[in-house]
Amino acid sequence: MVSGKHIAEIYPVLHLWHWEISLYLFLGGLAGGILFFAAYFFIIGKEKEMSTTVKWATFIAPLALMIGLSSLLYDLHHKLYFWRLFTTVRFTSPMSWGAWTLLIIFPLSIIWVASFMKDMFPNWNWKWKYLNQFESFVIKYRLPFAWILMFLSIILAVYTGILLSAFNARPLWNVSILGPLFLVSGFSTGLATSMWLSKNDAERRILSRIDIFFILTELFLIIHLFMGFMAGTAVKLEAFRLFMGGSFTISFWIFVVLLGLIFPVTLEILELNGYHVPKWVPPLLILFGGLMFRFVMVDAGQITRFLY
Amino acid sequence: MRYAMAVDTKKCVGCADCVVACQTENNVPHGFCRDWIVENVKGTYPSLDMKFQSERCNQCENAPCVRCCPTGASHIVEGGIVLVTHDDCIGCGACVEACPYDARYIHPQGYVDKCTFCIQRVDKGQNPACVDVCPTYCLHFGDLDDPNSDVSKALKNRSWYVLAPEAGTEPQLYYLR
Repeated sequence: MVSGKHIAEIYPVLHLWHWEISLYLFLGGLAGGILFFAAYFFIIGKEKEMSTTVKWATFIAPLALMIGLSSLLYDLHHKLYFWRLFTTVRFTSPMSWGAWTLLIIFPLSIIWVASFMKDMFPNWNWKWKYLNQFESFVIKYRLPFAWILMFLSIILAVYTGILLSAFNARPLWNVSILGPLFLVSGFSTGLATSMWLSKNDAERRILSRIDIFFILTELFLIIHLFMGFMAGTAVKLEAFRLFMGGSFTISFWIFVVLLGLIFPVTLEILELNGYHVPKWVPPLLILFGGLMFRFVMVDAGQITRFLY
Repeated sequence: MRYAMAVDTKKCVGCADCVVACQTENNVPHGFCRDWIVENVKGTYPSLDMKFQSERCNQCENAPCVRCCPTGASHIVEGGIVLVTHDDCIGCGACVEACPYDARYIHPQGYVDKCTFCIQRVDKGQNPACVDVCPTYCLHFGDLDDPNSDVSKALKNRSWYVLAPEAGTEPQLYYLR
C-alpha cells in the first residue's frame, strides 16, 4: 500500500516531543526516588544511619525538579500561557494533575532540604526571625511532612509513566504497565544518586540491597511489557518490532537493559559479596540507563500509531 | 445537533481543492494544513486499485485530545465540534500525541490548531469551505439529527466506514464506500 500520508511535505512523521520531555521524565523520576527514600528512612527512624539519603542527597531533588521544570517550560510552544495549567484541575489529563503535583512537591522538597540546613552546616543562620520560626514548625511536624512527601513522590514518579500511557493513539505508550515501570525505574535512579553520594559503607550496602530489588523488578516488568506486545494486536506488534530488529534494538537492549540494568545489578551483587567495585560505577550506569530508557521510550512511542 | 461529514471515496479524485480552500478560508500558515488527501494504492500491476480519502479532524464524540488537554483549551461545543481556545492553550503537544488521526499541528504562533468544520461559516448556516469548493461534490456536511441534511441522506443510501474505530473515539467523519 502506498499512502500519500508518507510524503514528507504533506504529512511528516509525528515527532513533536524531543529531549526536553525525556530529560524531564528522567529528572522527575529521579527526584521522586530521592524524596521517597529520604522520607521513608526518616519515618522508620534511620535518620542518623542513613544521613546521606535523608539529608544530603535531597539537595539534588529540588535541583533536578528545577532543571526538569525548566526543560518542560522550554518545550511548551505557547510558553507565556503556561500558568493556564493552574487555572483548572482536569483529572482525565495526567499532565494536569502532574503539574499540580509538581507545584506542591517542588516547594516541599526545598523546605525538606532547608529544614536540615542546621544539621548539615552547624553555623547556618536563617537571619530572619520568621524563617527560624517556620523552620522549627517544620522540624516539629517532620513526620507527617515525611508521609506527605512519600505519597507525593510516588505520584510524581508514577506520573512520568502515566503521562505517556494515557495516549491511546501511540500503541507503544498505551500500556498500563508503563506507570509502575517508570516508578520502579525512577526510584532506582534515585537510589543510585543517594548511593553515589554516600560515604558510609553500611548505608551504601542497605541502598544497594534495595536497588537490586528495584532493578530486578524493573527487568521483570520489562519482560512483561514485551510479552504484552508480543501477544498484542497489529499495532502492538509494530511497536514490538521497533525493539526486535527495528531502529531501537541496540539503544534499548544494549544501552538500557544490558548496560543500564543487568551490568550494574551484577556489579552490585558482586560488591555485596565482597568484591571491590569502584563505588561510582553502578550508580553511573543506572543513571545512564534510566536516561536512555526515557529517550528510547519517548522517541519510539511517537513512531507507533494506529494502522488504517 | 450533531455535525458530521461524509466523504465519497468513489467520487474523490484527489485534486486537493479542499486543502487549498481550507488554507485560504482559515488563514492556515504556509506549510501546514487542517485537511489533507490520502492516496491508497492496493494490489500489484496490472490489477491496481486506487482510492482517495480527504481527511481532517474527525470531531470525535469521545475525543482523546479533549481528555488529555491539561488546561481545557481543547473542548467540544454544541454540535460536537472540537475546538481549541488559543489563549488557553499552552502548546504542550499532549493533544497532538493523543490524536489517532494526527489531525492537529502546532501553529507557528504557539497554540495548537486543527479543523473546526469552519465553525465561522457553519454558524451562519453555510457549509465548511472544503465542502463548498469540492468540484466532484464528494463532501457532504450537515446535522446527523436532521434526516434531511446532506450528510444524513448520503449515509442513508450507502455503506460507509470510519477511520480506526478500534481507537474508541467515535469519529464523525464517514467515508462512503
